[in-house]
Amino acid sequence: GSSEAGTEAENKVTVHFVNRDGEKVTVKGSAGESLLDLVINQDLDFDGFGACEGTLACSTCHLIFDDDVFKQLGPVTDEEMDMLDLAYGLTDTSRLGCQVCLTKSLDGMVARVPESVADIRQSKDGSS
Amino acid sequence: RQAGVHLSSPSPGPQVCIVGSGPAGFYTAQHLIKARPDVQVDIYERLPVPFGLVRFGVAPDHPEVKNVINTFTQTASQSRCGFYGNVNVGKDVSMDELQQAYHAVVLSYGAEGNRTMGIPGEHLDGVYSAKDFVGWYNGLPSCRQLNPDLSCDTAVILGQGNVALDVARILLAPVPLLKKTDITAPALEALAKSQVRRVLIVGRRGPLQVACTIKEIREMVNLPGTKPEMVAADFEGIADALTAVARPRKRLTELILKTALEAPGEKEQERRRAALRSWGFRFYRSPLEVTADPSGTRVGALTLAVNRLEGSAEAARAVLTGEQEVVPCGLVISSIGYKSLPMDPKLPFDPSRAVVPNSMGRVTEAPGLYVSGWLKTGPTGVIATTMNSSFDTARSLLEDMGSGALDLSAHKAGSHSITSLLENRGIKAVTFSDWEKIDLQEISRGAAVGKPREKVLRVEEMLELAHT
Ligand SMILES: Cc1cc2nc3c(=O)[nH]c(=O)nc-3n(C[C@H](O)[C@H](O)[C@H](O)COP(=O)(O)OP(=O)(O)OC[C@H]3O[C@@H](n4cnc5c(N)ncnc54)[C@H](O)[C@@H]3O)c2cc1C
Ligand code: FES
Repeated sequence: GSSEAGTEAENKVTVHFVNRDGEKVTVKGSAGESLLDLVINQDLDFDGFGACEGTLACSTCHLIFDDDVFKQLGPVTDEEMDMLDLAYGLTDTSRLGCQVCLTKSLDGMVARVPESVADIRQSKDGSS
Repeated sequence: RQAGVHLSSPSPGPQVCIVGSGPAGFYTAQHLIKARPDVQVDIYERLPVPFGLVRFGVAPDHPEVKNVINTFTQTASQSRCGFYGNVNVGKDVSMDELQQAYHAVVLSYGAEGNRTMGIPGEHLDGVYSAKDFVGWYNGLPSCRQLNPDLSCDTAVILGQGNVALDVARILLAPVPLLKKTDITAPALEALAKSQVRRVLIVGRRGPLQVACTIKEIREMVNLPGTKPEMVAADFEGIADALTAVARPRKRLTELILKTALEAPGEKEQERRRAALRSWGFRFYRSPLEVTADPSGTRVGALTLAVNRLEGSAEAARAVLTGEQEVVPCGLVISSIGYKSLPMDPKLPFDPSRAVVPNSMGRVTEAPGLYVSGWLKTGPTGVIATTMNSSFDTARSLLEDMGSGALDLSAHKAGSHSITSLLENRGIKAVTFSDWEKIDLQEISRGAAVGKPREKVLRVEEMLELAHT
């Protein structure tokens, strides 16, 4: 039932995160919540995730999706792309978790937390 | 190992000391505390206030970036994390003493030195390093007296990294915008009277080599009351080179090209017509000499060498053509980089790269000594870069604790011995709850004038607030 009167459980969206060690963590969130909200509300321990608290100022909430899921995630703003461009291990199906909101149609999606190995080539100069 | 001996130690587990409370210090501490329930981590900081460049570097109009402070505060509130501000390591307490008191010491005291241009006229009034200029508008106590003269029309910034763009933005931003930030009161007052109308951001190489990030460029493009002023000839051949570069560099360059070359739409035309201030990149130029105005003591112009590039992409080198150009200006700010300094002649230091030599954060040939942050990587990257590399250092340290490579058998007195040393020397450390008194005071002073905080600018006043 996708009617608005659906029960609490029916409005839940299941998300499978794959953490930096490759382990799968499955949680349920509500439509409208961002993936960053979900990580925080569910107390998921992804080291350093969401450093700027969802204000598009850090790229630490970088997540990688499968092609078909990525296509469903909605448009990306220039500002999100700007921060994404600084993310480690950027892919064509990367998004920032604080900018992606859950919808019922995303139920069962997989979101990968990329490895955080420092990649010097990607690092941008904050100094000179 | 004498398991039976019971000494009055603050905690029986590993004692780790961290030097410097910037992002590197706090992220290293966070990872250690999370991973090992028995570790005690103490952070020593030279200033009475924590957070390093998050407080004294990050631009006042970037409050979102400073949200990391919330996580640092959580770390500092843990019972297994100590904070000792107002302790200058190397002066108030020696590295030897710290290594005696702790099983491991992590150096994360940042990059507080300055690269100089090394050109004639650098000493003239009106020439500043970006480091000092940033320190001035952000309330770094040592830069309080800078009082830069902003009575000229044109300012030149040497360097095209994010710090250069921060400085350009602060010089040109509408004062009503700055008023709502935590910029210091003296800086706000000086900027409100500023005559600077035009800021040129000069780089040795071309558009494909700028060191800033796209977010900072977009902020310039959108800065109210300003318009771009570029030189079309600087962009010859750039569009063609874009097919071969990765997405981040491509998007960034496209934004510069669009700003410099594209005919603006009607709305943007209107915006530019109304703008009283301008900014622009100048490429392929190296500083040769600062010359004085008729007073003889103040900057009047900057002589630039015209370069051409040899090689391509990031590896391209600037080569002098022999041509020169003179740019009249009244303010020169060199933003050519921060630089780490050696703290103790006995510790390893690589003077050519200005970092502490290390492998994955383990200081070379110095067991028990680790390094993180800008002191480890050099002064590049954003806070997220510093975070990742600090986690790496913490992982190395944890690994060494686990493997036995780090000797944990000896009893270490940790902060107990250091605080008594400090007391004997008449140094009163600022604890994290002392800092919170300063913090509250700053926030309430800020609230009175519609700012998120009004920073306390003098160390003595910080100490007074902390210790009452
Ligand atoms: C002007 C500027 C703007 C920036 N803006 C941004 C931004 O918008 N976004 C972003 O992501 N990154 C930004 N950065 C980068 C970011 O600030 C750095 O990545 C980060 O601060 C490096 O952390 P650190 O801990 O190594 O050094 P620091 O932050 O410099 O911390 C070092 C600490 O050590 C202390 N210390 C020094 N000597 C001693 C001693 N002898 N004893 C005890 N303590 C000592 C210092 O007081 C300081 O608190 C900016 C950098 C600069 C310079
Ligand atoms: S949490 Fe910082 S950009 Fe998403």
